[in-house]
Amino acid sequence: MAAEVIEILDSEGVDRALTRIAHEILEHNKGIEDLVLIGIRTGGAYLAAQLQQKISAIEGVDVQLGIIDVTMYRDDLCSRNDLAVGQTDIPFRLRDQKIVLVDDVLFTGRTIRAAMGAVMDLGRPQNIQLAILVDRGHRELPIRPDYIGRNLPTARNEQIKVDFDDQNTAQAVHLLRN
Amino acid sequence: MSFNPKHLLGIKDLSADEINFILDTADSFKEINTRQIKKVPTLRGKTVVNLFFEASTRTRTSFEIAGKRLSADTVNISASGSSVVKGETLEDTAKNIQAMHPDIIVMRHNASGACQYLADRLDCSVINAGDGMHEHPSQALLDAFTIRQHKGSIKGLTVAIVGDITHSRVVRSNIYCLTKLGAKVRLAGPGTMLPTGIERLGCEVFNNLEDAIRDADVVMMLRIQRERQGTPLIPSVREYARFFGLNGNKMELAKKDAIVMHPGPINRGVELGTAVADGPQNVILSQVENGVAVRMALLYLVAGGEKLQDDC
Repeated sequence: MAAEVIEILDSEGVDRALTRIAHEILEHNKGIEDLVLIGIRTGGAYLAAQLQQKISAIEGVDVQLGIIDVTMYRDDLCSRNDLAVGQTDIPFRLRDQKIVLVDDVLFTGRTIRAAMGAVMDLGRPQNIQLAILVDRGHRELPIRPDYIGRNLPTARNEQIKVDFDDQNTAQAVHLLRN
Repeated sequence: MSFNPKHLLGIKDLSADEINFILDTADSFKEINTRQIKKVPTLRGKTVVNLFFEASTRTRTSFEIAGKRLSADTVNISASGSSVVKGETLEDTAKNIQAMHPDIIVMRHNASGACQYLADRLDCSVINAGDGMHEHPSQALLDAFTIRQHKGSIKGLTVAIVGDITHSRVVRSNIYCLTKLGAKVRLAGPGTMLPTGIERLGCEVFNNLEDAIRDADVVMMLRIQRERQGTPLIPSVREYARFFGLNGNKMELAKKDAIVMHPGPINRGVELGTAVADGPQNVILSQVENGVAVRMALLYLVAGGEKLQDDC
């Protein structure tokens, strides 16, 4: 149990951040042409579904939504004890698409590196962009998000937890300090 | 739940949770086989040696493709054309292979327990691809995977296995696997091919095919293994085909939506009539397809985790 739990975003805060990111994605890409969302299992996949709804509310059209599991592309096969592999579900073509990768927390950047490798194996996209709910710093790779819900400088031993309800809607972001 | 074994030697010592974890992992790997670029970097830099002391096409190819799709380097050694024919012992052969630092040895051998013997003596992981009359775990897992795919769940199903029960390692592994997952297993075959006491593994034994397959959800036919029999156990192949071969008429005794399985290679006209072998209920090619995904899962689970950390 963490000694201290600090609320960073409540459900309204999460919702506003996602609304803003949806607008930024549309502004940056000048609409939804060739745009697809790919969420990284599991938190990122839930957020990508929420972003899809936001974009649909603004533009009136559903952009395509895929889910990617990056376990097979990770760089720590031999130091991991949980070997569970989730399913990748991208039932559409990635070639020449503008891909927005979505994840809940950006930390070392290794997950994003793995996700980019996984996406490139499925097809050659026009570009890959990155949307993140919380950027907590401590990058170990040259990776920078394009859309950020909240910038949050943290200590390495702190944890960021995104809570989802049973509808997989993000309800809050907490900082856990030991 | 996670499962992180060093070796995979048999189904007997696995729990239902561990078996389900393997099947779930295979489910995730299955998608790779339908991609345009069928390769992921998961086992990059790992070496898998397929050491086959018995003839095999399906299993060896399946393990080789599985390894290659995970980016492992795979090497095949078969007994004919190797130093085995020059009189080298199993242990010497294995130690020489180990000196080349493989990460996983996948072995098929005609002696029951040969894989355990190697696992006790080598540093690398060992996967049993069939040892004598003992176990053939990857076959049982791909069978369970295929049943789950077609029936949704294995719990509560009735599975009839018909043929040479005594000599079949596929049966042994399947009995362990299916009973652990909650299926009712029935066995049938000529008296000479039914080992005494096999019902102690938790299955029902029948001496005719009709009673065994009545209302079954799954009918698994076994190949008559002429190469594994010393003295003949049946008067003639024709007689066997007549009493224990599965044809369209007999198949009507099973449930209407029953599936027919076979570990291959099939003897057409012996254990399977052509109407059944080419019929809509057979899932034999789906077994072969799923075999690659299941073996990818096994290679991944055996190679992953902390146990090999020093080598990484």
